[in-house]
Amino acid sequence: MTETAVSHRSSRQRALTVGVGAGGLATADMVLNIGPQHPATHGVLRLRIVVDGERIVTAEPIIGYMHRGAEKLFEVRDYRQIVVLANRHDWLSAFSNELGVVLGVEQMLGMEVPERAVWARTALAELNRVLSHLMFLGSYPLELGAITPVFYAFREREELQAVLEEVSGGRMHYMFNRVGGLKEDLPAGWLGRVDKAIVNVRKRLPSLEHLLVGNEILEARTKGVGVLARETALSYGVSGPIARASGVDVDLRRDAPYLAYGELFGPNGPGRVVTREAGDSLARLEVLLEQTRVSLDIAEACLDRLIQLQPGPINVKLPKVLKVPEGEIYCATENPLGFNGYFLVSRGDKTPWRLKLRSASFNNVAVLTEMLPGQLISDMVSILGSMFFVVGDVDK
Amino acid sequence: MSEGWNVLEVVLRAVAVLAAFLVLPLLVGQTEHKVMAHMQGRLGPMYAGGFHGWAQLVADAVKFIQKEDITPARADRGVFRLAPFVALIPYLVAMAVVPLSPTIVGADVPGSALLVLAATGVGIIGTLMGGWASASKYSMLGAMRAAAQLVSYELPMVLAVASVALAAGTLSMVGIAEAWTPWWLLWQAPGAFVFLVAALAELQRPPFDMPIADSELVFGIFTEYTGLRFAFFLLAEYAGIVLFSLIFSVLWLGGWAGPFEAGLGWLWTILKAYAIAVLMIWLRVSWPRLREDQLQRLAWVWLVPIALLQLAITAVGVVMMR
Repeated sequence: MTETAVSHRSSRQRALTVGVGAGGLATADMVLNIGPQHPATHGVLRLRIVVDGERIVTAEPIIGYMHRGAEKLFEVRDYRQIVVLANRHDWLSAFSNELGVVLGVEQMLGMEVPERAVWARTALAELNRVLSHLMFLGSYPLELGAITPVFYAFREREELQAVLEEVSGGRMHYMFNRVGGLKEDLPAGWLGRVDKAIVNVRKRLPSLEHLLVGNEILEARTKGVGVLARETALSYGVSGPIARASGVDVDLRRDAPYLAYGELFGPNGPGRVVTREAGDSLARLEVLLEQTRVSLDIAEACLDRLIQLQPGPINVKLPKVLKVPEGEIYCATENPLGFNGYFLVSRGDKTPWRLKLRSASFNNVAVLTEMLPGQLISDMVSILGSMFFVVGDVDK
Repeated sequence: MSEGWNVLEVVLRAVAVLAAFLVLPLLVGQTEHKVMAHMQGRLGPMYAGGFHGWAQLVADAVKFIQKEDITPARADRGVFRLAPFVALIPYLVAMAVVPLSPTIVGADVPGSALLVLAATGVGIIGTLMGGWASASKYSMLGAMRAAAQLVSYELPMVLAVASVALAAGTLSMVGIAEAWTPWWLLWQAPGAFVFLVAALAELQRPPFDMPIADSELVFGIFTEYTGLRFAFFLLAEYAGIVLFSLIFSVLWLGGWAGPFEAGLGWLWTILKAYAIAVLMIWLRVSWPRLREDQLQRLAWVWLVPIALLQLAITAVGVVMMR
């Protein structure tokens, strides 16, 4: 079947360059707009694809439907207010988004953050990663037509969201980071409840996994579909689980450690970077599944440390007006979807002069132009779903 | 006088078939709501009608009736409006000849197995009409997929039914069920498997719901349909489940064969069909969707050869047992 498909495709492509049907059936190309409102685009991404039958000839992601001018707004907000804005672009990993801003500001200020805050932030960041990954582990099968995994994924998400809600008051936009630490101390007994939640999630994760891994139909739809070559991934700046599924062994938590990751990814630490070589949709899904487990391990290690730590402050008292000294810094974190970087330029004011946001999904979606041509519409959905993007993260 | 009685009997039979046609799909639909929900750790409908949401589908029907009946401006009006009925009515015709027991049958015709296959084959035309007439690219792609799907399930299905007809030596569904013995469960198992897979493909149920594929084609052929016409397409799907489950029950599971056959035969037929319907629901809950070309590969590499092999096995069996 693959052989005939390949020869079929090449003849089709030849026909296109000539501009008329090559001897056989004359075909006409059709422009099909996938989005901005379409079930497979998780929001308002629009793809303008030209199809020949169901075979995609060209694909062009058209972005910007959700552009909210975040970068410009950063320039007229003080550093406390920026955190509110900054946690919104990738709404599935709000905590990690907040983190980049406050880490950058703290570095510019030369501020020392209490140890408890560092470990608590690390734990929360990993829980946030698990939440984001679970979301995609549920929604990707949904795009392939499997309607059940999403309920399994959401059951686990609910478990973790409960503890995050307890600590921060938010279920999505936590607003728990502050320059200098966290908003307030962890509630009494919270560590135990998180531990229990993690144990529960880990215990039930296999039931979600069994619905996906080893399913013949799922494999048929994902194996060898949408192969992203290592070189292409590198040239488009693809990062995160998608790049790692293509054999790009990079993870900022290990390679440019921030928070407590230096220790966690060190020898004897629970952290490890999950990679796959295949670069297809299945590999991307596998990386996500595996990373979920690793993140649970890391979060658990953080909790163990938090229990051992002496009581102490969880934040630094800030002046009434927070001004960041003149200078610039690029602060990148490994968000669930890939590199999330803030380039902060300060002129010594209480607002940044410029705060450039480098979001993961922007690059990860850009590479679709390379991946989609030659695929079927069904495979397009399989690829689109496996690129794990959030439209807000694309459009900022 | 007897003329009048005949007319009355025909009318009563038609009404009974229509009633079954309208009630049984709702039963399957409600089962799907509840079974699927519980498989997914949910409760499903709980409010409509009071007790465990039993009237959910009635409420849905009321809602569908109230909706505006929209025909897109550029649609091929007549074809667009006719399509849901073309999809629905063949199943009603087929339902009339499917027996629940030797006596409980809408119309006992000699070649009922053939008639059922012929009638259900027409339903797909409604889908194609709807997809073509909608003047929507998504509907059109859905219709093309439905057409592509057609070539992969029709042949295996006919071959599978041919096998049981050969085994029983008759094309009458009543005759086939009467000839059934438990030994068929083994003897005709490959054919049964082929029929079940082909039925899922004909019904466009997951894992073969590519013509609808909500995540790919929005809602495929049904994208432009609203209100009652949309409801008719849905009813056609569930009526199809009922019909194919009943056919499976009669042809491969012996229909009314079971304890107290004389009095409760019809119940056995329905219970067996119900089990098959639940199986179809179960498959929907557990599996992702295949790709159109993968279904065709499945059909031509597996289903057709298995069906042909089954035909050969049946032929050998018939000759040896004579």
